[in-house]
Amino acid sequence: MINGVLHPKSVVAQLVQQGVTHYVTLPDSETANMYEALIAEPSIKIVPVAREGEAIPVAVGLFVAGQNPVISIQNAGLFEAGDALRGLALGIGFPLVMFIGYRGHNRHGDTPDSAATFLEPYLHMWRVDYYIVESDDDLDRVPLAFDLAKKSNLPVAVAIGTEYAEPEPATQGAAR
Amino acid sequence: MISYADACRVINDSRGDAVGITTMTQTKYWNQLSGEPDLDVSVNNAMSKASSVALGVALGDSERKVLCLDSDGSLLMNLGSLATIAGMAPENLYHFVFNNGIYAITGGQPVPAPGVEYTKVALGCGYKSAHRFEDIESLDTALPSILESPGPVLIEIIVKGEPALAGGVDQTWESNARLPIQLRALRARLTGNDNWGPGGYYL
Repeated sequence: MINGVLHPKSVVAQLVQQGVTHYVTLPDSETANMYEALIAEPSIKIVPVAREGEAIPVAVGLFVAGQNPVISIQNAGLFEAGDALRGLALGIGFPLVMFIGYRGHNRHGDTPDSAATFLEPYLHMWRVDYYIVESDDDLDRVPLAFDLAKKSNLPVAVAIGTEYAEPEPATQGAAR
Repeated sequence: MISYADACRVINDSRGDAVGITTMTQTKYWNQLSGEPDLDVSVNNAMSKASSVALGVALGDSERKVLCLDSDGSLLMNLGSLATIAGMAPENLYHFVFNNGIYAITGGQPVPAPGVEYTKVALGCGYKSAHRFEDIESLDTALPSILESPGPVLIEIIVKGEPALAGGVDQTWESNARLPIQLRALRARLTGNDNWGPGGYYL
């Protein structure tokens, strides 16, 4: 049973807390609402890529230049990015936090979507540690992912197991 | 047609303190010429990704020029990166494409479409400018002013293919460890911080 929802602003706050400078992304259905929340955050630059395989190498270049990037792609895109994960993350010891949209995840095991079926076995195959985030209640796992990436000099995944909530209406807070 | 050695020499002559991101055959010639090894990275262990790594460096350090010495076979594997680069429009990125029409490392098989005109593709994606050279004199004359113009710029160089006869890829533990070592050296040079410790498969 999942309590609550996952608000994009809550995740953006985590990114700001971690000093993230660039969000390298190809939007997907799970994380689409993050885009709008990030546009409103001036300290983080969005770098859109045309294909998920570009995300890790772009992040490598940013990191080498002294920036603190994360990537955000869908599970299906992570499969496409396999050689980049091998050669430019695991191969070089890159402490990268990868937000992965867990398309098809339904928390009950069985899913008609093979993108979900294969995500966790795929991460295990690459020996990539990961945390699953399904609501704001799970957000304490995000700093754990950053800490583990830094400590191990390896990529760590944060699998987003639900669609981000719609951005809150601007008047909602004022009405309270 | 231009030889790899001549093309790399001319580029190196105008390099200044630019970062050099290379891949495939030109890496060998670039490494022989470069006087700035701490500013060089050879993305040979991740074919096709040189342009994407170069984009990241260019965005991350906008004050420094970045030269990407890409090749046609590699770029065809990552052609979408042209659109990504154009979208971000880094003014400090100069994207060379060594076009030999073949996969030289594997013995000289033709690429799927040897006639692709990369200058037209780049301009269609939104690069600021694109230039194509078939002789070394023209490249030598034009390059200094090209490198003073705002990027992203694509410079296509028609080179004479040098298909490997045997053992085209240097595959030792040390050769593969070169990439993480070079990346750490570049980061130390660009940031002044030598704080990226060992990790990963090779270190």
